Amino acid sequence: MKEFGYLRAGSVAEAIEAVAADANAAYLGGGTNLVDLMRLGVAEPLRLVDISGLSNEITELEAGGLLVGAGVSNSDLAADLRVRRAYPMLSQALLSGASGQLRNVATVGGNLLQRTRCLYFQDTSKPCNKRVSGSGCPARSGIHRDLGILGTSSACVATHPSDMAVALAVLDARVLIDGPSGQRRLSLDDFYRLPADDPTRDTTLSHGELITAVELPPPSPLFRVSGYRKARDRASYAFAVGSVAAAIAVDDGSVTDVRLAFGAVAPRPWRARTAERLIRGGPATAAAYAAAVDVEFGAAEPLPDNAFKVPLSRNLAAALLAELAAVDEQGKRST
Amino acid sequence: MTTVTTAATAISAGALAPQATGGATITRSPAHRVEGRAKVTGAARYAAEYPAEDLVHAWPVVATIAAGRVTDVDTVAVEKLPGVLRVWWHGNAPVLTDVGMPMLAVLQSDEVHFRGEVVALVAASSPEIAREAAGRLQVTYVERDHDVRLDPENPGVRTPETVNAGYPGLSERGDPDGAYAGSPVQLDATYRTPGEHNNPMEPHATTAVYAAGDLTLYDSNQGGHPVRQAVAGVLGLPVERVRVISAHVGGGFGSKGLPRPNVILAAMAARELGRPVRVVFTRRHLFALVGYRTPTVQRVRLGADADGRLRSIDHDAVVQTSRHVEFVEQVVTATRMMYAAPNRRTRHRVQALDVPIPSWLRAPGECPGMFALESAMDELANDVGIDPVELRIRNEPTVDPELGIAFSSRNLVGCLRRGAELFGWSERDPRPTRRRQGRWLVGAGMASSVYPGYASPATASATARVDGTFAVSINATDIGTGARTAMLVLAAEALDVDPDLVEICIGDSDLPRAGVAGGSSGTTSWGWAVHKVCRVLAGKLSELGGVAGLTADLTLTASTSADLKAREELSRYAFGAQFVEVRVNIDTGEIRVPRMVGVFAAGRIINPSTARSQFIGGMTMGLSMALHEGGVMDEVFGGYANNDLAGYHIASCADVGSIEVEWLDERDTRINPLGTKGIGEIGIVGTAAAVANAVHNATGVRVRSLPITMEDILAR
Repeated sequence: MKEFGYLRAGSVAEAIEAVAADANAAYLGGGTNLVDLMRLGVAEPLRLVDISGLSNEITELEAGGLLVGAGVSNSDLAADLRVRRAYPMLSQALLSGASGQLRNVATVGGNLLQRTRCLYFQDTSKPCNKRVSGSGCPARSGIHRDLGILGTSSACVATHPSDMAVALAVLDARVLIDGPSGQRRLSLDDFYRLPADDPTRDTTLSHGELITAVELPPPSPLFRVSGYRKARDRASYAFAVGSVAAAIAVDDGSVTDVRLAFGAVAPRPWRARTAERLIRGGPATAAAYAAAVDVEFGAAEPLPDNAFKVPLSRNLAAALLAELAAVDEQGKRST
Repeated sequence: MTTVTTAATAISAGALAPQATGGATITRSPAHRVEGRAKVTGAARYAAEYPAEDLVHAWPVVATIAAGRVTDVDTVAVEKLPGVLRVWWHGNAPVLTDVGMPMLAVLQSDEVHFRGEVVALVAASSPEIAREAAGRLQVTYVERDHDVRLDPENPGVRTPETVNAGYPGLSERGDPDGAYAGSPVQLDATYRTPGEHNNPMEPHATTAVYAAGDLTLYDSNQGGHPVRQAVAGVLGLPVERVRVISAHVGGGFGSKGLPRPNVILAAMAARELGRPVRVVFTRRHLFALVGYRTPTVQRVRLGADADGRLRSIDHDAVVQTSRHVEFVEQVVTATRMMYAAPNRRTRHRVQALDVPIPSWLRAPGECPGMFALESAMDELANDVGIDPVELRIRNEPTVDPELGIAFSSRNLVGCLRRGAELFGWSERDPRPTRRRQGRWLVGAGMASSVYPGYASPATASATARVDGTFAVSINATDIGTGARTAMLVLAAEALDVDPDLVEICIGDSDLPRAGVAGGSSGTTSWGWAVHKVCRVLAGKLSELGGVAGLTADLTLTASTSADLKAREELSRYAFGAQFVEVRVNIDTGEIRVPRMVGVFAAGRIINPSTARSQFIGGMTMGLSMALHEGGVMDEVFGGYANNDLAGYHIASCADVGSIEVEWLDERDTRINPLGTKGIGEIGIVGTAAAVANAVHNATGVRVRSLPITMEDILAR
């Protein structure tokens, strides 16, 4: 590990000033990913600006919805009663991630910014276009069972590992950003970027910009009937092999509204707008959900060892939507 | 000859409450580890925790190519960094003596045998500086083509004369091919297991102190005497000038059974610098430097009568070894003694590759071999249409079917019957996919377990002190199993005194010589010597009229070497049966194991509480093998790619449901006078097959390749 300087920032402004002025500085939140990457030599900041004490409150917005400080821990957000009531899928997604110990220190901002767990990315003795631009991608013909099938490029097939972000995609959450050139408010679509020919940048953030909060929309009957389902190789402490966040409203056997996003299939949480369009207004049946997801995944470009993610994602979505459709607005399950 | 007590009643481990051992005769044991308090309070010192003045930290630099040569190392740039003391590579490292263990010939040649091999060592004043400098060290290589892919069809695959532990590579009885061809029921299936990695909680570590010609090694290992011998040989020191201290060891699972490069590197650097040196391996180092279980490709052919009686057993296993050091896992040895059949062939084949050196991992041989055999027996039971428990009972041999000699004791049938009863096996529907709960298919499976009853010679001494206390000394190693406590129990029993009066000293090569903590032989071997010397001492004391008759401390020493040689020729094994319930999600193929039952006949159990931990620990590791563990070889770059605990999954707590363990009341005094067999490894044997068999019962999908993952189920 390279020797590095450390500054505990007293304010957002101080933090931004410190990082913006130093090309080798990085923000330190919970450190659950960054410190690992520093040990591995993947990340080599010369100065860490600790922001873990800043913006760690959850406040209610005047227009409804919640403003979640970027420094709020994953545990605290998952446990928040307002979150559990209004956006059950967000709480479920958070609780399905990592371990209790990690969730206690991992922050909301850091969760959005975690890097891919692709084995090549994490091994500095091997090529990786995401780590060293133009060095090559051995995953495509090598080890890629856990990697992406949608939104990937010839340069990179990495996936974004977050569970939380999948639920945020369904919620159309906004990422609030502060930086040397002012404040921005981005949808996840605009926050994350696809690799194309430059996989080194996961997001549209520029150096010095800092996530200060995530804005959740006003509670709605739709989001109340939402859930997160994660398939993983062990019952706990594992990244998703496939995951889905969904919300659905059904009236008289027809779907009146639906939101759907997938995890572990793409370089960012994959909001399935095509499938949503096909499901909305149609019959509330598992077969209809599955057919719609198949259309969404028609764009998939699976590799030999991860082609199973297509049926896995389809089954996850169909099962979750069917389960949610059987839940009434009071949260009770019809049998 | 003593009669072996067979299983009349089973003792449930959980039923035995801890009890204070105030009385003279110790029938039950202290429930708690002697060193438990020291461990949970942090007072117990592990190898990397011994303080040393002026300590130097050394960090290994490992090869980033799979095969080739090191042509240059730029030591100058790194040695300029503040805090860096020295960099060694083969170009400047001290010449070491060849002791016939190539793994220990560190930095002696330019050859790179596998990715992850040590090519340089950086010594610095702090571990952080050493690590950073190691990361910056420029090593120049010339690569050659490598081959790291295990392929049974490769022309280089050959049958070795002997395999690990000295077993023959090939064994044949009767006419296996003819008998198979003539059998009304035939099963021919190929099973695969992946590379599996030892991941003890405490990585391999050494603190080496060299002063005035004396070398003291605080080292994490499973046996200090072999370490002392090897280090003395490699460094050219007299054996008596080397002392190895291993008071506490945080697990090994076989990977610490031999001295590893860490101890040589630390000792060498300490002598060169004249300062204490510490080397601590990282988790990633472990995946290349301390052994692992070879991947296997196993073809099993069973020929049987219509009633399931075996006519022919043919088990062929292909494994990999490193080109550097040959290690051939004895995969098919359990098949040689498990079931009766007049015609049998068991064969090992090996392919030498540019891969890290495989070695021992909990139950080497039995563990992967029994996955194949016990899966095949389940398939045969289904094909014949009889219950898998009954199939095994029907093929129970009266003597060792290969050697034709008697078993010292064999209570497999007792384990099968008691396990079936405890599990509720009779309620299982043998037809697949018949039980469903919500979105989950439910199934049950079973398998037999077996492990040899090994023993090795040991020497122990016992001292009666004038103050009425006792000290027992033996260079045994407690790698977290509770061996120290078990020996205390045996010593107190033999001396007929309260355990509180007995001090037990282990983990120091200055103590009487004993074998490694391996082959599940620790308590059987060490306990035997401890018991023997304590009995002799008790007899002597009784002649003197008790402790009151002592005028000075009295120390006696005893060895079991002659006793071992005098034993009759028998097949000595522990047996077991495991039953497993699985749930398989119909949407995702995810597999969960809510319930496991294991019943074992493993000789006398000395300390129920720690024994139970060994069994459930083994079964948990077997569950982990079934569903999670799999080293992924990087065919392009060489080496195992998922080389940390984020990439190499082991079972988490949430994966482990109810595990119920019982053992039969067995005392096999044809093993040793204590009647013990060893319990460290048998728990992992058979578990993976029981899980795979249960998955088949739940889903109708037969998975013959481990680990069983969701795509194995989803793809069907």
